Amino acid sequence: MKAFGFNLQKTRTYEIDTTHSPCEELEHAVPSFRQCMFCGSCAATCSANSHIDFNILRYNLLFRRGTRQEIANDLDNCMLCGKCSLVCPRGVNTRAMIMEMRKELQTDRP
Amino acid sequence: MTQAADCIIIGGGPAGLQAAGRLAQAGYHATVLEKEETVGGKLNKWDKLFPDFYDAKKLKKQLEDDCASSDVTLMTGAEAVKVEPEGSMWKVTVKDGRTLSAPSVLLCTGFEPFDATRKEEYGYGIYPDVISSVELEAMIGKGEIKTRDGRTPQSVAYIQCVGSRDEKTGNHYCSVNCCICAVKQCIEVKQLLPEANQYCFYMDLRMTGQHFEERYRESQEKYNVHFIRGRVSETALTQDGRIQVKAEDTLLSRPVKMTVDLLVLMVGMEPSPSTRHFAEELQMSDPYGFYLSQDHESDDNLTRHAGIFLAGSGKRPMAIPKTRKDADAAAWEIIRYLKQHTR
Ligand code: SF4
Ligand code: SF4
Ligand code: SF4
Repeated sequence: MKAFGFNLQKTRTYEIDTTHSPCEELEHAVPSFRQCMFCGSCAATCSANSHIDFNILRYNLLFRRGTRQEIANDLDNCMLCGKCSLVCPRGVNTRAMIMEMRKELQTDRP
Repeated sequence: MTQAADCIIIGGGPAGLQAAGRLAQAGYHATVLEKEETVGGKLNKWDKLFPDFYDAKKLKKQLEDDCASSDVTLMTGAEAVKVEPEGSMWKVTVKDGRTLSAPSVLLCTGFEPFDATRKEEYGYGIYPDVISSVELEAMIGKGEIKTRDGRTPQSVAYIQCVGSRDEKTGNHYCSVNCCICAVKQCIEVKQLLPEANQYCFYMDLRMTGQHFEERYRESQEKYNVHFIRGRVSETALTQDGRIQVKAEDTLLSRPVKMTVDLLVLMVGMEPSPSTRHFAEELQMSDPYGFYLSQDHESDDNLTRHAGIFLAGSGKRPMAIPKTRKDADAAAWEIIRYLKQHTR
C-alpha cells in the first residue's frame, strides 16, 4: 500500500535564545577567534575537507552559535596540520581554536 | 523681477550649506531656501557620524560658520515649490507666494529615510520595540537605550537593507551608508550597554569607504558584535512582549530563530518629497525619483537645463563627506556657468 503524508524530522532551526552561550572561554584562550569574517579560506585549504565530511568553518559557526554537541566527534578528524591558519586573512589562529574547542567539548583527543 | 542672488540654493542641508559657503568665498552671492525652521537637514537627526564618530553638531556649526562669515542669505521656513524659466533667468516660488530669481539654481533637496511601515513583516509601527536606525540614533544621542516600557535591552538585533535592494519596495539600489551606520551604532550601543548581546543580519557587508572595514573588524574584535548572513524573513511578538526574529543563516544553511528586546531596522535612503517633486517637474527623474544628472561620469552636477545644478543625496544615496565634495564640484560648475552667462 502506498504511504500517505510525511514524517517530521527534528527541527533544523537553531534557536539563539536557548543555545547561545557566549564563547568567553574560547575567546579568552584564542582572542583572534572574534575576528573571523567567515570567508571560508580555512575550509577551502583544509585537506580533510577535500576528502571527508569535515568543514572547519562550519564547526566554527556552530560553536559560535552555541550548537556545540553535534560537532564534538567531528572535531577529532582534524589533523592539526595548521594549513588553515596559514591562509586566514584575518589572522585567526584556527589551529589553536580547534584545540580549545576540543578541550571545551571534551572530545577523545583534547 | 530683480535678481535675488547669483544662485538660489534649494535645501539647507550639508550640500546646500557647503555650496553656499564655497560660492561666497569665490565672491558670488547665494540665497539658501530651507523649508524647516533651522538649517542642517538630516545632520540635525544624527549624533555622531561614521566611521570616526565625528560630532554632527560640530560639523553643522562649521558649515553654518562658513556661511555666516561670507555673502550668504539663509532663509528658513521657506519651502520652494516651483522652479521655472523666466527669460535667461530661473524663477523660484516659495510656498508663501514670494518669488526670487537668479541666473542659476542648485537643487540640494536630499533624501528621506525609508518608511519602514512598508515592510510590514518586520513589525515596524506594530510592535513597539521595532525601531528605525534614525530612532536608535536619537536614543544614542540621549545616552539612554531603553525598550518602550523602560527595560534595559539584554539583546539587540539589527536588520540591514530595509527598503534597499528589495524589489518588493521598488528599490533595487543599495543605500550605501547603512552597513557602516549599523557598525557604528553597534559600537555605540555596546558602549552604553556593555552587557547586551548584539546580532546583525546582513546579506553583504559593504564597507566601501576609508576606515570602514577597520571599524567592522573592531566591532567584532572589541565589541563582540555577531554578524549573521541572512535576510530576516519575519518577526513576531512573544508572550512576554519581546521580538522574535526568523532568518536563514545562509552560511550554515539552517534556519535560525531568536528573541531580542530591541530590533533596529537599518532604513535605506529614498528621494525626499521635494526631490521627487522637482525631479518630476523639471523632467529629470531617475526610475526611483532621484535626480538624473546630465552624465554621472563627467557632468554629474549639470542637468538637462542650463542653469539648474545638482549636489548631494538628491541624486543618489551618498554619505556626508562625498556630499560635501559634490557640493564643492557643483559650486565650481556654477561659477563657470555664471562667468560665461552673466558678467
Ligand atoms: S579563513 Fe579565517 S576569517 Fe576566513 S573563515 Fe576561516 S577563520 Fe574565518
Ligand atoms: S589544522 Fe585541521 S582544520 Fe586546519 S587545515 Fe589542518 S586538518 Fe584542516
Ligand atoms: S549599505 Fe549595506 S545595508 Fe545599506 S543597502 Fe547597501 S548592503 Fe544594504
